[in-house]
Amino acid sequence: MTAEKQEILASLRKQILEVQGFKSGFTANGDSFGLDKIEACFPNSIFPTGTIHEFISEQAEDTAASEGFIAGLLAKLMKNGNSCLWISSSRKLFPPSLEAYGVDPQQIIFIDLNYSKEILWVMEEALKCEGLACVIAEISDIDFAQSRRLQLATEKSQVTGFLLRKEPKRMLSATACTARWQIKPQPTALIAGIPGVGNPRWEVDLLKVKNGEGGKFLIEWAEDRFVLVDTEKEQLVLHAKQVG
Amino acid sequence: MARFLSIYFTNLRCDYLAIRKPELKGKIYVFTIAQRGRIQVSASSGEAEKHGIFTNMALADAKAIIPNVQAFDDEIDFNKKLLTRIAKWATRYAPTVSIDLPDGIILDTSGCSHLLGGEEKYLESILSKLNQSGYTCRGAISDTIGTSWAIARLGVKLMIIQPGNQYNALLNLPPMALRLEPHIIQRLHKLGFDKIGKFIQLPTSVLRRRFGTEFLLRLHQAIGTEEESITPIVVKPPFEERLFCLEPICTKPAIEIAIEKLLETLCARLSNEGMGIRLAELIGYRLDGKVTQIKIGTNQPTHNIKHLAKLFELKIAQIEPALGIELFIMTATKTEPLFIHQEKLWNGKPGLADQGLAQLLDRLAGKVGAQAIRRYIPEAHYWPERSLRPAVSLEEKSEIQWQKNNPRPMEMLHRPASIQVTAPIPDYPPMNFRYKDELHIVSKADGPERIEREWWMEPGEHRDYYLLEDDKGRRYWVFRSGHYNEEQSDWFLHGFFA
Repeated sequence: MTAEKQEILASLRKQILEVQGFKSGFTANGDSFGLDKIEACFPNSIFPTGTIHEFISEQAEDTAASEGFIAGLLAKLMKNGNSCLWISSSRKLFPPSLEAYGVDPQQIIFIDLNYSKEILWVMEEALKCEGLACVIAEISDIDFAQSRRLQLATEKSQVTGFLLRKEPKRMLSATACTARWQIKPQPTALIAGIPGVGNPRWEVDLLKVKNGEGGKFLIEWAEDRFVLVDTEKEQLVLHAKQVG
Repeated sequence: MARFLSIYFTNLRCDYLAIRKPELKGKIYVFTIAQRGRIQVSASSGEAEKHGIFTNMALADAKAIIPNVQAFDDEIDFNKKLLTRIAKWATRYAPTVSIDLPDGIILDTSGCSHLLGGEEKYLESILSKLNQSGYTCRGAISDTIGTSWAIARLGVKLMIIQPGNQYNALLNLPPMALRLEPHIIQRLHKLGFDKIGKFIQLPTSVLRRRFGTEFLLRLHQAIGTEEESITPIVVKPPFEERLFCLEPICTKPAIEIAIEKLLETLCARLSNEGMGIRLAELIGYRLDGKVTQIKIGTNQPTHNIKHLAKLFELKIAQIEPALGIELFIMTATKTEPLFIHQEKLWNGKPGLADQGLAQLLDRLAGKVGAQAIRRYIPEAHYWPERSLRPAVSLEEKSEIQWQKNNPRPMEMLHRPASIQVTAPIPDYPPMNFRYKDELHIVSKADGPERIEREWWMEPGEHRDYYLLEDDKGRRYWVFRSGHYNEEQSDWFLHGFFA
């Protein structure tokens, strides 16, 4: 395919998106989240901020992985000193650990509640506050109407919202969220013979993307940024290092 | 011109009991108190007085008059407590109310009476309320406390003395109307001064020589040539607004309007003085005499009407109007000088200092309670549970840094979970462990990181922490409590890594 044709295709895709009601230009700063190929899944190849993302976690280990991934995203969102709200019931997140992902835990305000009704109310109120970079809520279940409310609030204020759905009890139904993620921990890679544990590595499964296509990726948090892992290449590198 | 209302309770102690025990109405009963080695009557009911039983009589004498007189034990300072309670109730009529021991209260009614349609209606309204609840009382309004006191107790017809008329009003009253010591009153009577009018025109030097300065002071206070002040039971805070309602209010929209109106005047005053509200309360005086109140608090001093109205709105559900609320009082219980943030034109978001965020947190605190909102700052402890503490305020920053050298888990259990572990040799990480009935084969491990227990804070063993990764790639934080022990080592799972 020639470059010309590709350009035509890209502009046509854009037109389709506009017809579908997708508003472009969500990321004002134009900063990339360093998610590389994952960002290509989203419309216009931009990680959408100012919208709701949903993270599914079935076990405590998955929750930890999702929180790690979210922390990596937060580092970018909170880069210019903005604060964020972390709403939860029975929270286990250990704030000092966020430091390793480049997030200052002092900038995060935690709100610990008992009922999911309260969590939703607080999240909606918080999403209306433009002074925040991001609002994260830990909640197990949410229905379409509730998520729609949150989505409407976030569209107005351009605050990014993350829903961390810990061990959902009901079947996953449709929500108004822009993307549905599932993050699972994966074995880390180290050069053979070296003791210890490597960089945090996750399998990122984009289950659903509005106006985009999902996908499965292997990703690592290394040297304060996301690195997409290519398993075959990595084997060669590790092997070469071992030999060398 | 100041106006004072003095209310005199003719038989406070007995009325109080009769309200609680209606069967005592019209009966002969007394209150007694042990004094100077004998039992004395401290108060007697109206019926008892008719039979000649008076205060300060010995109980034995009273029993000689009426053998089966009912006697109740009195309480020292009970009148004071009771009057304080009544005075607090009366603050709905005037902000400055003081108690007047042993049997009255005084209200500073300056600028209050027009709210109820003039002094006559004002006086009538208070007295009828008190009468309805069972107290027999009299009241009088005049320019001075002294005259009001005198008219309330000894006045005959006219209970409201027009401004400047104290002199004439006092002329026909006996000297005891001047709140004098008993021996001075006795001396006055001895000299034939049975009415104030008989000595009020005598030269002051003569009066001073005969009756002392105290006497002159009381006389001048009553006429109004000498200032007299009262000690209010509730010190009126500087920022307070009142709203009388034409009709009792009991609907939510009406309360909202009331709040808005009160805030408008209150915030206008605050902004003139450059102050902002940190704590405020709204008190509603109900028709049935009860009081209902709500309180709000803010993170930053503010006089933003919209924001404050929203905070109150969240609490309206806590107001119980019952039959209706007739008076609202809004008080800024804690105010602070307002600091005005310099607004940046570009470079938008100022993080935690953001106004919008502060307002959001106020609203959340109003709805879910301030205890649910936390922010953490580092503490100088290695022990994981103690390495952080909740910050006191939004501005608080810590001098210390978060420790970064050792990995910390993303999720930490509040209470370490006990696990079964197979560990090969001392100080080696486990080969496998069992947690929640699942066997985890350890494929990679890091550690140990020894964390000593702070023995000066609590006793116990140190912990050796390991970072473990199982064959499925899940990462855990486990520790062994104490040294390796061949028979029995205690292992715990304390967290999950990302």
